[in-house]
Order: sequence, then structure tokens, then C-alpha cells
Amino acid sequence: MSQIEDLSRRASASGGGARGRALSPISGFFGRHQSLSVIVGMAIVTTVLPLIVLLPPFSGFNVQRVWLDSFANAGVFVLLALGLNVVVGLAGLLDLGYAAFFAIGAYTYAFGASGFSGNDFPFWPMLLVGAMIAATFGILLGAPTLRLRGDYLAIVTLGFGEIVPLVFLNAEDITKGTNGITGVRRPELGPIEFTATNPVPFYITMAVIVTLVMIFLYRLQDSRLGRSWMAIREDELAAASNGVNTVTTKLLAFALGASTAGFAGVFNASKLTIVHPDQFLFQVSFTILAMVVLGGMGNIWGVAVGAFTVFIIQSVLLKQLNGFFNTFQVPILSDIDFVQYQFLLYGLALVLMMLLRPEGLFPSKRRRRELHTESDEPTDRSPEGLESAAVLQ
Amino acid sequence: MSDAAVAAPERREALLRARRVTKRFGGLVAVRETDLEIPAGSIVSLIGPNGAGKTTFFNVLAGILDPTGGEIEFRGQRMIARPVRAWLEPVLWVLPSVLILLVAVAVFAVTRSVLALQVLVLVAIGLLITTLLLAIIRPLRYRQLLPRFGVFRSARPNDMVTAGVGRTFQNIRLFQNMTVLENVLVGMHSRLHSTAVDAILNSKRHQREEAASRDRARQLLGLVGLRGRDDVIARNLPYGDQRRLEIARALASDPVLLLLDEPTAGMNPRETSEMMALIAKLRSELGLTILLIEHDMRVVMGISDRITVLDHGERIAEGTPEEVRRDPKVIEAYLGRPAA
Repeated sequence: MSQIEDLSRRASASGGGARGRALSPISGFFGRHQSLSVIVGMAIVTTVLPLIVLLPPFSGFNVQRVWLDSFANAGVFVLLALGLNVVVGLAGLLDLGYAAFFAIGAYTYAFGASGFSGNDFPFWPMLLVGAMIAATFGILLGAPTLRLRGDYLAIVTLGFGEIVPLVFLNAEDITKGTNGITGVRRPELGPIEFTATNPVPFYITMAVIVTLVMIFLYRLQDSRLGRSWMAIREDELAAASNGVNTVTTKLLAFALGASTAGFAGVFNASKLTIVHPDQFLFQVSFTILAMVVLGGMGNIWGVAVGAFTVFIIQSVLLKQLNGFFNTFQVPILSDIDFVQYQFLLYGLALVLMMLLRPEGLFPSKRRRRELHTESDEPTDRSPEGLESAAVLQ
Repeated sequence: MSDAAVAAPERREALLRARRVTKRFGGLVAVRETDLEIPAGSIVSLIGPNGAGKTTFFNVLAGILDPTGGEIEFRGQRMIARPVRAWLEPVLWVLPSVLILLVAVAVFAVTRSVLALQVLVLVAIGLLITTLLLAIIRPLRYRQLLPRFGVFRSARPNDMVTAGVGRTFQNIRLFQNMTVLENVLVGMHSRLHSTAVDAILNSKRHQREEAASRDRARQLLGLVGLRGRDDVIARNLPYGDQRRLEIARALASDPVLLLLDEPTAGMNPRETSEMMALIAKLRSELGLTILLIEHDMRVVMGISDRITVLDHGERIAEGTPEEVRRDPKVIEAYLGRPAA
């Protein structure tokens, strides 16, 4: 018994980094081969999801095709949440205007490949171009905020988040303003058809993109750059005094977060074939932030699962709830339109979350440690350690 | 090499030289025209009553605070001083773009070609963005370019670390929620070269560097007496070990000069003597030069080669421990003036 306790305590002490001491050979193997575990995990998820929705009760909600379509849409938000997690979860820079980069990615593709602009660049390179342009704007918008922290940073990024959709809304000559740009090209890949009626290619593409992004983020998190992000989050002055160039490190966090949003934007534009300023309002930034917080800031898998769950609840289950209560004529509940109350529900969920489980549903070990100080005992105190603690008291 | 450094610290030229350093906070003069010279291979202490400006002086040395006056040379290079002609820098950022804009207007006036105007304006905007980004990131080339225009900007804290100055803090500032090993790895940051792309591609260079840096970090932890504590969360370490970890983290950047801000604060006598032994070891084994802020006179008198005494921001005495101990001004600063 005590051995087990000892073992688990040691495991919890081994750090949020992926290279912690493992409990079993299997998890040890996947701990050491992070990329492989992401690939295997995503492959399992990608194959299981289409099968699960064939089972009741999910099969009653929608047909498989519609489910896959919303999964692909959920993937967009998973990407966004993963990107925001770099900025907020790893580097600790609260960004309330993240949808701006989503918008920039989407409009980049809309300019690059739509009937309106007359250009017709292929989708796949545009995916990278969109990410790079979003990253550039990430740096440009990040640069003025470098000296700001906490609340002030949040306010400035909030401002940027408002400015960018407004620019797209008002630059009517280029963006068609409130009408949005329609007729954005769908991707093309040999014989595979990306159409509105066939969501499978979008679904697979999304799964591949999410897998790649997750692998990249895991590698970054365990690298020199990831460590300096965490160091800046912990103590910026100490980080600077230990040789971390806080300027470039923060800018890289903004750039990488923004480029992920750029990916998501290009993908979203090509899937919906329409780009419209209303797709990038503050509530999108807020939703993504809520996804990151609910999922568990700093934990890549946690954030991905959180974003996926929140999106599915919001876009599918709330509607089903309406239908369910209407069919059974439940008093009061049948009169409520749950879709309209989604932000109320977010609010409630966030309040409950902060009270009961502030570290999120699937927290990183590090974050859990930060928020549960009192339950955290020193792991192996040497006799001298005890002595010095006694002196302090 | 380290032996020579120990044997003849006086004859060595100064590693760091601070001249007439002044730091004002509004009306308060925290440090006034203070000189300090640190010979290579020596242990120099900075002492003084509370509020004497020791930590402020330290922060100026480490590049955290810009001085109001004076300058600091490290290894013969002027690193920190009051900014000179800083206004010229923004002008230099904008000037090339403005010139191109003028050319654009001129070209348009002559040729009436809208295309040429558009292209040139785009070039100007692109150039402006590039310059601004360079100014923010301040790569080495950019910093070397500035003196040619007579502009001087102080080194940032991370530039000081790259130049070879490591430091610890008075109130321990570890990365609390990171492991012991990760703390030291962050300290190694300025000596590692793998980029984000290396990390994403998991290149051979990245793997080799990571493995080597982990080995080196473990060595350093062994040196300060934290062997085998790699995976402990920093804030769970006992107080004395946190101090040691902070030193290991500062050592990770391979400094030439180590600034220690009250390394024995809050320690019991045994820990204090262990810390003194460690500091002596750092000089003899690693050949480090050390600047120390300390309150514990036993420590100061025991290991320092030279002592500088600050009071109310001014240097009131400088010399060997013996000289300082007998200096009436120092006695007065610590004990007060004897009643007449």
C-alpha cells in the first residue's frame, strides 16, 4: 500500500514535461515517444468517432454524414484552442482578441482563392501562406503589448480583436463588407472530392492537421523555447535575468498561436466557402478562451478534448435538448431555447468550474500544482530539509 | 588557470568597472556616483545598512534598471550607461521609408504611373515593418550598427547574461512550478542554439543539444549539492536548497562574473558555512569572479578580497576586510555616531 502511494507521489512529482518517470512500461514508452502517442491517439479517435455516432442515442440526433460535418467544424475550434493554449496556457499571456488571427487566415484564403478576388491559388500552399500571414500579424499585434502584463495585456488584445473584424467590415472595396466574400474555393486533391455533401475528406484532412499541430506543439513544449515560455509565465524578471530574451520569446508565442489560428481560418473558409466579418466577433475569442480554460490550460490533450466537447455540446447537443424536451412536452423546459442560452450556460459552466475545479477538466500536472498549493507536500524531504524548514518557522 | 586567478587577483585587470553610477527614483537618489571595480578572479562584497542602495546597484549592474548617470564596463566593453541620443533611433527607423516615399512621390510626379507609386509605397511600408521588427528584436547586428550613428542603449538583462554575468535574487525567484532540472535548463538558455524549427522537426542537432544540456545540468546540480533531485518541483525544495538551486541556475549560463544577492539570508549557521564553502569552491574550481551582497559579517569578512561599503546610496569606504573593519565611517554607519 505504502509502496503504491510512494510510486504515485513520485509520478506526480515528475513534472508536466512529457519525460516524467512512468508507471508502467506502456505509458513509459508513450511518454518517451510523444509523437507516436499523438498519432496513435488521434488515429483511434478518428476511427472511433464515426462509429460511435452510429450507435444510439447519437444516431437518433443526426445521420453520420452530418455528425462528421460537425466533427470537422469542431476540428477548427480544436486548432484554435491549441493555438491559444500556446499564448495563454504556456506563455501566460492573456489574449482576448484571438479571433483576429482566425479572421486574418480566413480572409487571406478568401483573397487568394475566390470568385470575388479573381485569384485562384491552390488550397494546400495557401494553408501555409495563411498561417504565415497570420503569424506576421501575430508579431505585429504582439509587439506593442510586450511591456504589458495581465489585465492591461488583456484589454489591448481585446482592442485588436475588435479592430480586425471592423477593418474587414468597413474595407468594402476589398472585402465586400457586410456581405462577406462568397464563393471561396474548396480544396482539391487529385480524385478526392471536397464537397458540401461529402464531409469525409474534410474530416480526414482536419484529423491530419490536428495531429500534426499537436505533435509540433508537444515537441515545442519540451524544447528550449517551451521552457522559456513557461519561465516567462512563472517569473518574467527571473527569466530575463537568466538569459531568456523575453521579447523574442513572447513574440514567438504570439506568432505560433496566430499561425495555428491562420491554419484554422484557411480551413474554415474553404469548408464554408464564405468569409464574413460576423464569424470573427468577440464571442469567438471568448468561446475559444472558455474552451482552453474548461479543457485545462497548458495540457495539449486536455485543451483539444475540451474544445471538441464544448463545440459539440454547443452546436449539436443543445439543439437536441430542445428537440428532446419538445417531444416529451416537459413543462417549462420545453419552452426554453437552449441554443439562445448557450452563453448563459458557458457562464454557469465557467463559474462552477472555477469554484470546483479551477485547473480545468484535464489539467496539466503543472497547472494543478499551481492551484492546489495546500494539498502539495514536499516529495522527499531530507533530514537537513526538515531542519532548515524548522529554522524558518 | 583558476589557480593563477586566485593567486594574483590584484594584478589582474578589472573584469567589471562601474564609474560614477547614479540611480534616481523621482526625488530619491538610491545610488549616488558610486564606483566599483571587480578584479578578475576575486570575491568582492558590497555591504551597507538596510536601504543603502545595494540591491538597486545590483539591478543596474544586471541590466534591469537603466542608470540615471555613469557607466558600467564589462570586460573592457561599455555595456550599461545612460542612453545617448536615444531620440535618433526612432528617426533612423522611419528615415529609409520616408526617403522611399519621397522617391515615390517624385516618380509619380514625373511619370504619372500609378503602378510605380503603389509598388514604391508598398516597399516603404514593408521596409518600415521590417525595421520596426528589427528594432524590437534587436539582433546583434542591429546593436552593432547603432554606435555608428552615435546612439547608445544599455544592454538588456539577457544581453548581460550572454556577455557572462549571472545573478541570483535576494528573495529567491525560482520558477516555482518547474522541476529542479528544468530550472537549470532555463538558466542554460543563452548557451543553447536549437531553434523552434529544430524542435518541431526534432532534428539531430536538437536531440544532441538537449541530451548534452541535461547532462551538464545534472553536473551543476551535483556541484551545488542537489544530486538526484532532478524531478522535484522547485517550490517543494527546502529553503536552503532553493538558494543552491538558484546558484546552479545562474551557473548554467557559464558566467564569468556571478552576482549573488544575499546568498545566506535566512540560513542557519551550518547552512551559512556550507554556502561559504560553496562560494569559495565556485572561485577555486570554476575560476569565477564573484560580487556578493551580504549582511552576515562573518561571511563577508571570511571570504571577501575587497569590500565596498554603501550608505544612503554613497560609497563610504572601499578596501580589504581589515581596512574596512577599522574604518570609522563604516563603524558610524552601522553603529551610529558616538555621543559627544
